[in-house]
Amino acid sequence: MTAVTQLNADDGLTKDLLLNLGPQHPSTHGVLRILLEMEGERIIKADPIIGYLHRAFEKMAEASTYTQTIPLTDRLDYLCQASNNLGFVRAVEHLLGIKVPERAQYIRVLMAELSRISGHLLITGALPMDLGAMTALLYTMREREMVMDLMEMVSGSRMMSSYCRIGGVREDLPEGFTERTTEFCQIFSKRISDYEQLLSNNRMFAKRTKGIGIISAEDAIDWGLSGPCLRASGVDWDIRRDKPYEIYDKLDFDVIVSHNGDCYDRWWCRMEEMKQSLSMVEQCLKQMPEGRFQVDAPEIAFPSDKAEVKKSMEALIHQFKLAAHGIDVPKGEWYEAIEAPKGELGYYIISDGSEKPVRVKVRAPSFVNLQAMQPMCKNCYLADLIAIVGSLDPVMAEVDK
Amino acid sequence: MSSTLDFSDIAVDGITLDTRCHDMPTLVVPPEKLFALCEQLKQASKYKFNFLSDIGGVDFLTRTPRFEVVYHLFSIELNHRIRLKCPLVEGASIPSVCRIWSCADWHEREAFDMFGIVFSDHPNLKRIYMADDFKGFPLRKDFPVRGYRDDLNPFGEPPPEGDES
Repeated sequence: MTAVTQLNADDGLTKDLLLNLGPQHPSTHGVLRILLEMEGERIIKADPIIGYLHRAFEKMAEASTYTQTIPLTDRLDYLCQASNNLGFVRAVEHLLGIKVPERAQYIRVLMAELSRISGHLLITGALPMDLGAMTALLYTMREREMVMDLMEMVSGSRMMSSYCRIGGVREDLPEGFTERTTEFCQIFSKRISDYEQLLSNNRMFAKRTKGIGIISAEDAIDWGLSGPCLRASGVDWDIRRDKPYEIYDKLDFDVIVSHNGDCYDRWWCRMEEMKQSLSMVEQCLKQMPEGRFQVDAPEIAFPSDKAEVKKSMEALIHQFKLAAHGIDVPKGEWYEAIEAPKGELGYYIISDGSEKPVRVKVRAPSFVNLQAMQPMCKNCYLADLIAIVGSLDPVMAEVDK
Repeated sequence: MSSTLDFSDIAVDGITLDTRCHDMPTLVVPPEKLFALCEQLKQASKYKFNFLSDIGGVDFLTRTPRFEVVYHLFSIELNHRIRLKCPLVEGASIPSVCRIWSCADWHEREAFDMFGIVFSDHPNLKRIYMADDFKGFPLRKDFPVRGYRDDLNPFGEPPPEGDES
């Protein structure tokens, strides 16, 4: 602020200037504040200031049992809850040394890919909206609503589904889910081409995003970018393919890589990834075997028949013991990384053998990705900053943990 | 997993291999050797750990040394991971690795904010999540989950002795 007051009247306004953007600004996708050192309309240095949404997820996780932490993970990246759940329960399952039944793995991957579509839909619509193309968001939100309906059908909740459980999922897929999802796949595959028509060849959108916020492959790795943001710079790395977890090795999909590393490519990568996710959802539905939806281990899994809890004393005790005391997880530590829609989502858990973790560290992809806006913003215009932040797709709840 | 990697040439001189970790090879390294080790792990063609996944602090309140800084490294080219653990006594500082991986900046600021771990040579070591005038380090084990009582937090724990605020 001092920079402005130090100006003399005859200096003109093309002099150095300190500008405060946010925290309440519609195009910062939440409460992100950026302090900008500007020279006229050009940015010399951008300093993102975060923490407005900090709720100490890691501290709360230390004070809760493992099962109680699952709903907290939903609130990290609230657009793609299923992936957050999956990473956390996988780390705990590794510590417990259990293997989840195949059907449960298919259900989890199915949900994770559906939530990837929902997350990508929001940002592929919101980025053009930030740049003035309002229409795209209205279309993508319409399709996202269909994914939300599927989530509600499965878990009873549109956004905070908390559907994964340690050792499986909460309950089996409901009746009619396969048909509804197949219907969604048919409708959605046609509609993706609508967005492409709207945006891919849109000259205004291209002008605002192509060649803006370029980051080279070396810099992208150096700044820790992951997910679509890294692949847009030409780095061919996807955890789903390079270190497959769950049943990703049985699915057939392409890793989308682009080479320009600009805002448009990051947007385009997400667009293409949605097509791949859609194909994975279809494959999951086709290949999904019958069987258990959670492990056959009463010391870990809740009673599978919920109606039984109301009738049988043993089932009630079983449910109560797991809910009140939790699961004793053997001593050890584990770092589990999965490919979340935003990038590498890692959970590092240290257990001391009790029902509560000693430490849960989240490697939040949005947190790391957002940091890379600093080199990208150098010497660009203020208006381009909006495109850069939008293309990095930060979810502030995940940035601030 | 990446058990094919051989660390016998670097696990010398105070750097030891922690065999209790089963997810990835783990090295325990004293703070003064950390920077050189990180540089070696990034440059050597055998390792090529060009991607810094994560830096996190850990507080083992009753143990000496009390703190531990944990680094998770990954090599995109060779697709393998490694973990470095750096035990730290209270009040000691640890070299910053910002010059090796740029993204270490915010990770280290987070560890400083949450645990009060000081990274020497860090370009901009200040709080990242909490307000600048916040007292205490929230993720330390002796910091209460509900925080300390003040005007905005009537259900917090009573503030420690000698603290006027």
